[in-house]
Amino acid sequence: MRLQYPEAIRIIRVPCTGKVDILHILKSFEKGADGVYIVGCLEGDCRFDNGNLRARKRVQQAQALLDKIGIGGERVQMYNLSSGEGPLFAEIAAEMTAKIKEMGPNPLKEALKKQAA
Amino acid sequence: MQKPRYVDISKCTGCGECAKVCPVVLDNEYDMGLSSKKAAYKLYPQAIPGAFAIQKADKAPCRLACPAGLNVQGYVQMVGQGKYKEALEIIMKDLPLPGVLGRICPHGCEDACRRCEVDEAVAIRNLKRVAADQFDPRAIKVPCAPPRKEKAAIIGSGPAGLSAAYHLARKGILSTIFEALPEPGGMLRVGIPGHRLPRNILDQEIEVITNLGVEIKTNAPIGPDLTIDALFKKGYEAVYLAIGAHKGMELGIPGEKAEGVQQGVDFLREVNLKGTAPVGKKLAIIGGGNVAIDVARSAVRLGAKEVNIIYRRTRAEMPAWEEEIQAAEDEGTAITYLSAPQEVLTQDGKVVGLRCVRMELGEPDSSGRRRPVPIPGSEYDLEIDQLIPSIGQTPDLSIIGDIEDVGTSRWGTIEVDPITYATTKPGLFAGGDVQTGPWVAIGAIAAGKEAAESILRYLDGRDMAEGREPITNENPQYRPIPERIKKQARSAMKELPIHDRVGNFHEVELGYDEETGKSEANRCLNCGYCCECFQCVDACIAEAVCHDQQPVERDITIGSVILCPGASLFDPSPYEGFYKYNQHPNILTSTEFERILSATGPTMGHMKRPSDGKEPTKIAWLQCVGSRDTAHCNNGYCSAVCCMYAIKEAVIAKEHMKGDLDTAIFFMDIRTYGKDYEKYYNRAKDEHGVRFIRSRVHTIDPMGHDLILKYSDEMGQLHEEMFDMAVLSVGFEIDQERIEFAGRLGISLNKYNFALTPAFKPVETSRPGVYVSGIFQAPKDIPSSVTEASASACAASIDLSEARGTDIKTLSMPEEIDVSDQDPRIGVFVCDCGINIAGVVDVPAVVVYAKSLPNVVYAQENLFSCSQDTQDRMKGIIKENSLNRVVVASCSPRTHEPLFQETMQACGLNKYLFEMANIRDQDSWVHGSNPEAATRKAKDLVRMAAARAALLTPLQEKRIPITMRALVIGGGVAGMNAALGLADQGFETIIVEKEAQLGGLARELTTTIEGDDIQRYLIELMDRINRHEKIQVLTETLIVGFGGFKGNFYTELMVGPAMYARKIEHGVVILATGAIEYKPKEYLYGEDHRIMTQIDLGKRLEVKGADDLNQVVMIQCVGSRNEENPNCSRICCQSAIKNALHIKELNPDTEVWILYRDIRTYGLHEDYYTAARKNGVKFFRFSKDEPPRVEATDKGLFVIFKDHVLQRDLRVPTDLLALSAGMVPTDTGELASIIKLPRNEQGYFLEAHVKLRPVDLANDGIFLCGTAHGPKLITESISQAYAAASRAATFLSQPEIILSAVTAKVDQSRCAACLICVRVCPYNVPRINENGVSEIDEALCHGCGICASECPAKAIELNWYEDQQIMSKLDSLLEGVL
Repeated sequence: MRLQYPEAIRIIRVPCTGKVDILHILKSFEKGADGVYIVGCLEGDCRFDNGNLRARKRVQQAQALLDKIGIGGERVQMYNLSSGEGPLFAEIAAEMTAKIKEMGPNPLKEALKKQAA
Repeated sequence: MQKPRYVDISKCTGCGECAKVCPVVLDNEYDMGLSSKKAAYKLYPQAIPGAFAIQKADKAPCRLACPAGLNVQGYVQMVGQGKYKEALEIIMKDLPLPGVLGRICPHGCEDACRRCEVDEAVAIRNLKRVAADQFDPRAIKVPCAPPRKEKAAIIGSGPAGLSAAYHLARKGILSTIFEALPEPGGMLRVGIPGHRLPRNILDQEIEVITNLGVEIKTNAPIGPDLTIDALFKKGYEAVYLAIGAHKGMELGIPGEKAEGVQQGVDFLREVNLKGTAPVGKKLAIIGGGNVAIDVARSAVRLGAKEVNIIYRRTRAEMPAWEEEIQAAEDEGTAITYLSAPQEVLTQDGKVVGLRCVRMELGEPDSSGRRRPVPIPGSEYDLEIDQLIPSIGQTPDLSIIGDIEDVGTSRWGTIEVDPITYATTKPGLFAGGDVQTGPWVAIGAIAAGKEAAESILRYLDGRDMAEGREPITNENPQYRPIPERIKKQARSAMKELPIHDRVGNFHEVELGYDEETGKSEANRCLNCGYCCECFQCVDACIAEAVCHDQQPVERDITIGSVILCPGASLFDPSPYEGFYKYNQHPNILTSTEFERILSATGPTMGHMKRPSDGKEPTKIAWLQCVGSRDTAHCNNGYCSAVCCMYAIKEAVIAKEHMKGDLDTAIFFMDIRTYGKDYEKYYNRAKDEHGVRFIRSRVHTIDPMGHDLILKYSDEMGQLHEEMFDMAVLSVGFEIDQERIEFAGRLGISLNKYNFALTPAFKPVETSRPGVYVSGIFQAPKDIPSSVTEASASACAASIDLSEARGTDIKTLSMPEEIDVSDQDPRIGVFVCDCGINIAGVVDVPAVVVYAKSLPNVVYAQENLFSCSQDTQDRMKGIIKENSLNRVVVASCSPRTHEPLFQETMQACGLNKYLFEMANIRDQDSWVHGSNPEAATRKAKDLVRMAAARAALLTPLQEKRIPITMRALVIGGGVAGMNAALGLADQGFETIIVEKEAQLGGLARELTTTIEGDDIQRYLIELMDRINRHEKIQVLTETLIVGFGGFKGNFYTELMVGPAMYARKIEHGVVILATGAIEYKPKEYLYGEDHRIMTQIDLGKRLEVKGADDLNQVVMIQCVGSRNEENPNCSRICCQSAIKNALHIKELNPDTEVWILYRDIRTYGLHEDYYTAARKNGVKFFRFSKDEPPRVEATDKGLFVIFKDHVLQRDLRVPTDLLALSAGMVPTDTGELASIIKLPRNEQGYFLEAHVKLRPVDLANDGIFLCGTAHGPKLITESISQAYAAASRAATFLSQPEIILSAVTAKVDQSRCAACLICVRVCPYNVPRINENGVSEIDEALCHGCGICASECPAKAIELNWYEDQQIMSKLDSLLEGVL
């Protein structure tokens, strides 16, 4: 369909969203990512039964932690869609990009800059 | 016969550039015509193979009608796109004079145009002119073969001569044209006046030919000074004679030689060469052809006062073009019809008058026109001072003198071979008017082209005729004219005002402007689909398009055939009076609506109604359109799927509209009979608020964009309701094409033309070895179709079991190189994918960048990485550079990873040392508008890929031998058939049955509804089982233990009656534990002997008959569709009807009343419902809230129920009450816990996927069939049993299984035995071993990685997705960000 979506996104392939470790999410922010989102199959349609539900839980945990340390829990999101939903994928990419733009860069960047100054 | 695809699948990369440039816009049948596609197309994004195809029919009629065979459709499409240069390139393949013929061609193509069937022909000639008006033909680069040394002479520079010269030049043969007149062009020059063909246009286009190196010698007449023989002697090796027909035919009446009489062609020649000619005051022209008209219109321009054309027939027979006649009249020419000259009246040798006679039309002559006959005594005289006879021309052969060896016809034309245009004199060819007599210019063009081909072959000494016979097609296939096409009048052309035409020869027709040209071109129907403009050929960098592919006939030796041609959908168009489907855009079929709901559909999943794009707020579904309908069509059957899909569509539509949508389904019976379907129906009703209206709509009245539906409810009350859209729930039909297909295969069809199959052999057709599955056999849903597909595969495999494995080719791979001690040496291949990637991403820059990355020792650009030659090159590079890791930056690993991995394996590299960066689907395709950002992203993706590649380690896929034995649990009809399905293929099978005998529930049954004897079948079946050498039966046997994994299970048994323990090893399990009839707790069952279940009744009828029964009442849905068991038991409606029909057969006087909620005789069973009603069985509906009541008193048995039509209670005494008790599964609680099998709430086993894997369990190697899966008929159980056997055989037929290397592994030194992995694994694989730590069996692991993510000690890693490998991507992506 070749629907256009914002280019700020880099995809990392995993066999199932159930493989996404909370450490992967948190490390991303530690290294300076502005946002992370996880795209899994529709709930109830996980090839491995419940991987996507587990991923959602981890995202919720990560959100709570990121909120606590001031990075902002909203920066990490979980989305579910089927492989036939290209338009929705593009919509999500746009939505997430807009959300992150609104929130601004990862606060760690500012903090490190100040530290350096 | 394999039809050509016109695209080489092995080369096509699916990039879609062909579709982008294809001008032909067609209805997209995948979107049910709601969107458009191109003639170069891929049906839908996920289509397999993922290559494009070109849709072609026969060559368009316009093209066939053109004497020169111009690709009319092609250039019309190009004009429609404003691609004038490309249009000319197409035209000039055949015709060097586009602007000339674009003005004066009589356009036979337009007579053939199928647009006439809609309104008027496409103005093809005018469109040709548009191309030449918009782009100078002289600027077209005409491809020519390298020049040859031979020379040819052409006599005459008319269209035939010019065409021959042009086509010879294209073939590398330069010619000299000898023209008698002072200017070249022949009749184009001297026969056609400037107001029709401006001189400069002719001059320019002759330049097209002379620019190729052709020399034209004017004033060089053939004759005594220059004979044909002299030309040969001068060294011209071939001569083409094209002197035309320039000699006017005489009238043959007295006075014709008088002064003032001039031949039409002579007059025109004078006018056209000198610019003027003497004209009289009163001019008579004899004739009705274009020459007569040209003379008249020229004479008017030269100042003749009275111009009168005298024609002996009527206007209808006039050979001149109507528009020309009209123009002549408009300019002041008078035409006298039915009149012929008899004598030229002269005075002093000068013309003074003309004696004419009136004519009338007699019998048709040889030309088909009615012959004019003089009316005696009707002579009259006209006063004239000039007479121009224009009744025809002939070639003037006298000028060439007698040529030896050349034949001429009695019409004074040269005789030639009709295919080669060779005269009887070697080296001399002839064509154009000199050969045909006066004919159209395009005919002469064609003749010249053919002669050029002959001359080439003559010079080469080849056979001139070979392969040139005209191909005729009696029954050409064209694109059907779209049903909803809008009429659009042919575009008119601007003309010079009449008052501006006097005294000059300015062009009258002024051409189309660009806009008019495009809109006119878009009227073309694209009869041939593909227009062969070959734009796709230029666009395809992979060179995959091949328009010259031909149909291929193949003979394949086969042992069996499986038919799954499907069915067509009912077309409501013929019943327009009621459905108004073609009249109103907001009346859609359900399949069209399905596309509107689809995310990839015409509206991208946005709910919009077609007429105005409004978001609908109210949608109605009309059920049973083309099903259960013998009034409109003869489809007495139920289509089996429409209730379910209508409910689904209503629910999804509501979800799309987030609640702002009212949906109403108008139905007769809701038939949600499948496994768990009833629950879905209940949710639609109760949770989503879908309205279900039990009524048949009798009228659909369109009102603007909206629709008013009129219907009456069950009580007869009339209602009207307005909707935004109406969806017709169309059913299945077998169309003529499939009927003929069945005929060719020689299989029998039933009365509705579905393939006939026996009840106990559900996938066997009437022809041995030919099997059937899917809706070609009967309407059915996807799970049943998929099941049958597997079942027919099983049946076919039994036939083919001896041949199993004989056609397998094994690929040998070199031994793997051990790279564990080597530092990473990464090679990066960055793909252009033609222009798919390179058109956006700066690929050379990415290559340079890749070379700078750590561990990367080699990087290069590939045009197409997936092409065979690139693969071979890559192998060389991998070896030469000793690469031990490979990164390909191209497309999706989903489609291409295996290919590249195979390439690595061929180089001795482990396939897990491979990584892909998707810079197409995830980059160039989706960021096409921002090349800089896309290049940046491509670099990031390559960097990330290289980072991970450096950390990859070789992984070994484990191979495990399979125990070639099957265990079937349950010895009913399903279990026995499953066992036979496997054993007949040669696999050892053990049936475990807990009862003392085989047979299961079928032991209780009498006949099928079709009347087949179940007991007899059962006896035969058991006999086959008992005699089968591959089958072992263990009765009275219990399963007490189970273990192992796919391909290597073991089961522990207690075998009765002695109950000894036994352990069996086996590769697969088939569950066929069955179900039993529900024992009703309701309706006093068990308390009165007159109350019984349908199974009881069936047996009773066998034993006692029905003579003693005056009244029988049956109650449906007993123990089904209630709180306790929300599902429908699927079989009870047909059981009741089967028994009701049996009673009626035994005793027609017995009253049988069936109290029901919905009658669910799905598929072909509907016929039995119809038969029951016809035989007097009475059906009364009750609602779930008001079930019937039963009273057993001394006076008898009574059933009380509320009748919905009468709206009051009825109390009926009955001799017998039959309860249609549902089905309940056998108690499998213990079995499920021993084998760890998932079951639903009712206790039926759960399949892995309801639609796609209906007989597989989520546990690999375990399969399911029969009523253990859900209620079903015996026929359905048999086909499911075969399906399960088929699926099991896919396991057993391999000597070993290859396990994926992507599995989890535990670092036991770090394991704290916290049990988290044990709890989170969806497959219960991890276990705490004897050492007290977690252990994961790689044979059982599915590779999801959930345990690895959850392990708090990080003791678990998933191969190929190790944390450090994932983190390396993050590290490299975010390098330097902070």
